[in-house]
Amino acid sequence: MPMPYYVSPEQMMQDKAEYAKKGIAKGRSIIAMEYVDGILLTADNPSASLHKVSEIYDNIAFAGAGKYSEFENLRKAGIRHADLKGFMYSREDVTGRSLANGYSQSLGTVFSQEMKPLEVEILVVQAGTNHHANEIYRISFDGSIIDEKNFAVIGGKSEAVQTLLKEKSPSQVPPLDAALKLCVTALEQTANQKLPPEGLEVAVLDRTRAGRKFCRVSIADVRLILSP
Amino acid sequence: MKLPYLPDHDGSSFFDFVSTHHPELALRSHGMAAVPDQVRAVGPVAVPSATTVLALKYQQGVVIAGDRRATEGFQIADRRIEKVFKIDDWSAMAIAGAAGPCIEMAKLFQTELEHYEKLEGVPLSCEGKANKLGQMVKANLPMVFQGLVVMPLYVGYDVKRGEGRIFKYDITGGRYEESDYHAIGSGGKDARNTMREHFKRQLFEGDAIKLALLALYNAADDDVGTGGPDLVRGIYPTAKVVTAQGIADVSDDTLRAVCNDVMAARRSRET
Repeated sequence: MPMPYYVSPEQMMQDKAEYAKKGIAKGRSIIAMEYVDGILLTADNPSASLHKVSEIYDNIAFAGAGKYSEFENLRKAGIRHADLKGFMYSREDVTGRSLANGYSQSLGTVFSQEMKPLEVEILVVQAGTNHHANEIYRISFDGSIIDEKNFAVIGGKSEAVQTLLKEKSPSQVPPLDAALKLCVTALEQTANQKLPPEGLEVAVLDRTRAGRKFCRVSIADVRLILSP
Repeated sequence: MKLPYLPDHDGSSFFDFVSTHHPELALRSHGMAAVPDQVRAVGPVAVPSATTVLALKYQQGVVIAGDRRATEGFQIADRRIEKVFKIDDWSAMAIAGAAGPCIEMAKLFQTELEHYEKLEGVPLSCEGKANKLGQMVKANLPMVFQGLVVMPLYVGYDVKRGEGRIFKYDITGGRYEESDYHAIGSGGKDARNTMREHFKRQLFEGDAIKLALLALYNAADDDVGTGGPDLVRGIYPTAKVVTAQGIADVSDDTLRAVCNDVMAARRSRET
């Protein structure tokens, strides 16, 4: 009887991680950035209907990079988690932290137990209301979770975008137009091409809105903000 | 792909999701006796719903209104209960029946529509929302035999057609569209009689609100289960309007002023 090949656990994890990283780097980047009224989400996304950024709950949003089918599944599960919690308890008991933990557990388990890891990197952002601070969580394919401040980048050449933003990021929390301009510049420089407003997916969690804070910024408004 | 630690379900309906995975949260009465023998012998159950809620169309959309009384037998259980609920930006529902399950259904329906909109990226159509509510009423049928009736009256603004719409239901989930106005609850018939006499197509908003409050006043006049304006405590019926601009509450000041007008007109006739 032939013996199965021995692969050390280290090697196996490394292979999986490499595989997942390769898949995620193939895509385009998404930036979440704090601005005065909440959090701005900017994605380099040529499709007008296949969203990378979407609403989860009142003041919580989701962004996914990597394989569409996989992060779409995560997005739907997140909405179910949030709506169930809000229905069972109350709307204010739905938190970004609990959702980010759920995602982290889920991705971690799939990474260690399944043959194929999920080729995704996701963001869970929560706009702080009632003088609470904003929360930005970045969750990787292996379930590792990082609590970010000011801004976070996922997908594509995320490290390059991050370095660029770190250099240019203002000392104070920027207003919406400045934040969007900064994000688009960073995306254009790393992509080495001009991004038209039609090729951008922009949304905000605006804490000044009544009720649900998530709002997509229309192409016309993006063009208006970006016009010099 | 199954995701551990996160809720797993196919489809975009929150109602189906909780019914399947959390039946204790859904309206369905798991583990309860189906139809008691005495009910079978008596035939159709009496529908205890001490309430009057109504809806009527006008030029810009629909007005939906309800009284504020909740009863427990011959006692007043609550003087300020709200029977008209905002469901989403384009629709509202009023309820008659057992208060607990009624409020639960309104909350479940609100979550259902928001859930669908978030998962699918587009809201349900007006017709789709009305049909979904019918399915929820149907799911509650076993509870009806336990005496826990939930009877909604649903109004929405159909953005595609550019008009307000009114839907009524029966306990089996049957859904019927009304062309002009409707009222349900123990005082529903009295309210309908008033609206039949005074209703005109293409009313102005102010006239529509006035007719709605007049119909509620007359219902409270003839029906013990319906509360009239409480002048001592300052409690007036509640009303909402659904138009192309979305849903809006009719302000307390307007309601108070219109109620006072209605009562003044009545007083001048009586003395």
